[in-house]
Amino acid sequence: MKDVLKIGGQELESRLFIGTGKFPDNRLIPKVIEASETQVVTMAVRRVDLTSKEENLLNYIQNVILLPNTSGARNAGEAIRIARLAKAMGCGNWIKIEVIPDNKYLLPDNEETIKATQVLADEGFVVLPYMHPDLVAAKKLVKAGAAAVMPLGAPIGSNRGLKTKEIIKIMIAEIEVPVIVDAGLGRPSHAAEAMEMGADAVLVNTAIATADDPVKMAEAFKWGVRAGRMAYLSGMGAESEFARASSPLTGFLRN
Amino acid sequence: MVKISKTTFYDELVRYRSFYKEMEKEKDRITPSHIKAVIQKSYLSPWDYFVLLSEKAEPYLEDMAQKARRLTIQNFGKVILLYTPLYLANYCVNQCSYCGFNVKNKIERTKLTLEEVEREAKLISSTEMRHILILTGESRIHTPVSYIRDCVRVLRKYFTSISIEVYPMETEEYAELIKEGVDGLTIYQEVYDEEVYDRVHIAGPKKNFRYRLEAPERACDAGMRFVNIGALLGLGDDWRFEAFFTGLHAYYLQNKYPDSEIGVGLPRLRPHIGAPFKPKPLVSDKNLVQILVATRLFLPRAGISITTRESEWLRNNLLPLGVTRMSAGSVTAVGGRAVEEKTPGQFEIADERSVREVHEYLLKRGYQPVYKDWQAIV
Repeated sequence: MKDVLKIGGQELESRLFIGTGKFPDNRLIPKVIEASETQVVTMAVRRVDLTSKEENLLNYIQNVILLPNTSGARNAGEAIRIARLAKAMGCGNWIKIEVIPDNKYLLPDNEETIKATQVLADEGFVVLPYMHPDLVAAKKLVKAGAAAVMPLGAPIGSNRGLKTKEIIKIMIAEIEVPVIVDAGLGRPSHAAEAMEMGADAVLVNTAIATADDPVKMAEAFKWGVRAGRMAYLSGMGAESEFARASSPLTGFLRN
Repeated sequence: MVKISKTTFYDELVRYRSFYKEMEKEKDRITPSHIKAVIQKSYLSPWDYFVLLSEKAEPYLEDMAQKARRLTIQNFGKVILLYTPLYLANYCVNQCSYCGFNVKNKIERTKLTLEEVEREAKLISSTEMRHILILTGESRIHTPVSYIRDCVRVLRKYFTSISIEVYPMETEEYAELIKEGVDGLTIYQEVYDEEVYDRVHIAGPKKNFRYRLEAPERACDAGMRFVNIGALLGLGDDWRFEAFFTGLHAYYLQNKYPDSEIGVGLPRLRPHIGAPFKPKPLVSDKNLVQILVATRLFLPRAGISITTRESEWLRNNLLPLGVTRMSAGSVTAVGGRAVEEKTPGQFEIADERSVREVHEYLLKRGYQPVYKDWQAIV
């Protein structure tokens, strides 16, 4: 059976979502899309300029599902307005909600994100909310109509990897919609680790965009995600904390 | 939503002024290992920032620059936001010893009509620019809030982000302009040393140090999204003191208003028309680099702008050291693009490249020129 990820009525073969910020040249983006074989690409609505021929970011994102994000929103109201703007711009009905009222650490506001999710899901958007890993908040997001949840692995752009691993593990076990690890994944091995844990997909931007060779790095992430997913599906052996003792302490019970 | 603050940065400034004196006494005890440790830290304290600005840190500029580059790429990517200034008027009621718009300077005074604003806007937006910074001299009589509002109503058809650099305003006035589509404020304190401030601002409402100092907070209270502050380097007696308090001011604003994006400008005094003001302590290129990289390490998320006050050569070299925003295609006279330049500029521009030239140069250096990084959602 084919291993597909179902979100918003779409069946995705690729489990690597990519972002389009921070690139040294927009002309790299089509090559990155090709090398990563991604099917979902996010971009900040704030950066899209439909009036510009040369500087219109959308020209560089073709043949994939657009996932506009609400970067810059400081509360639910602003996120909702940006989402509607994205729809009016012709960016489809998927939306990644980012509500970040903290410019110092760029950490999201789960409470406002839940409010925005409720409104936008009711309006028919396929809502993918970026969130601080939190089981209770994730359940509320699902109830509000989120099509997936996107907990952060570490602060945006930090490349620190899966610092929030324990909570994400619990979310993967408990949340019925796809769990997509977003933010903080700095290396393909971080992405593989998330996928081995059972994450449904990952979203990577900074690590690819700021690499010396973004196209090659995009391909590296493709393999990292595939390896992790394949390992998860093949049923990895459980980790053991200690070596198995050759003289078992409970051996006497067998007598 | 208008919020009301009780204590302000002025209280912090007073507190830190005595702290600064204490730190000055301690500065001989700064050791190389201390400096290296600070460069390695993820989150810096004001004391750490003082250490990075100290004379003893000068031999470590390269290490600081390497870290500044990494932090900037991590936080902002390989991108530079471009914007351009538009001078609406040069009427001014202040007498500032260092400025070409000084009320005592016998220059022709003018302001753009709304029709002229529109002509300028059309021409500027044809260069792809979507972020504009509008400036006036400081005169509430000739350029009242209502005039600025009318200009904004014209400009918002052409630009997705409008910042103002005008006289300090009341919270309600900022709120009114935000409602019309203004999202950014640039207001330089000019000099954080209150005594020097009093000396160089000879007459006019700008003499009120505290009113100007608290303007960014009034703007944030009114919901301003982008706030850019700075000192005019070369005005104060001690550039290290000025840089320290600029950084501290940004740090204070970041903590008090986490939902506003705080930026820092690092303007150095430029030659201008009128009485020649000689900067006393010359802020050298090396000093400017130290301020830039120390600011980046202390404030990893702050936008940092370098304007066309600096030369093409220097701007090119500062590019990877923490800069996130650059002006391009600048004119410092009123109008001056579509509308014929009738008056002298506020100061002389050093980098005269066109928007296109800056664009091509950035791409060549591995930086994406960004023209639109905000979409007004009012």
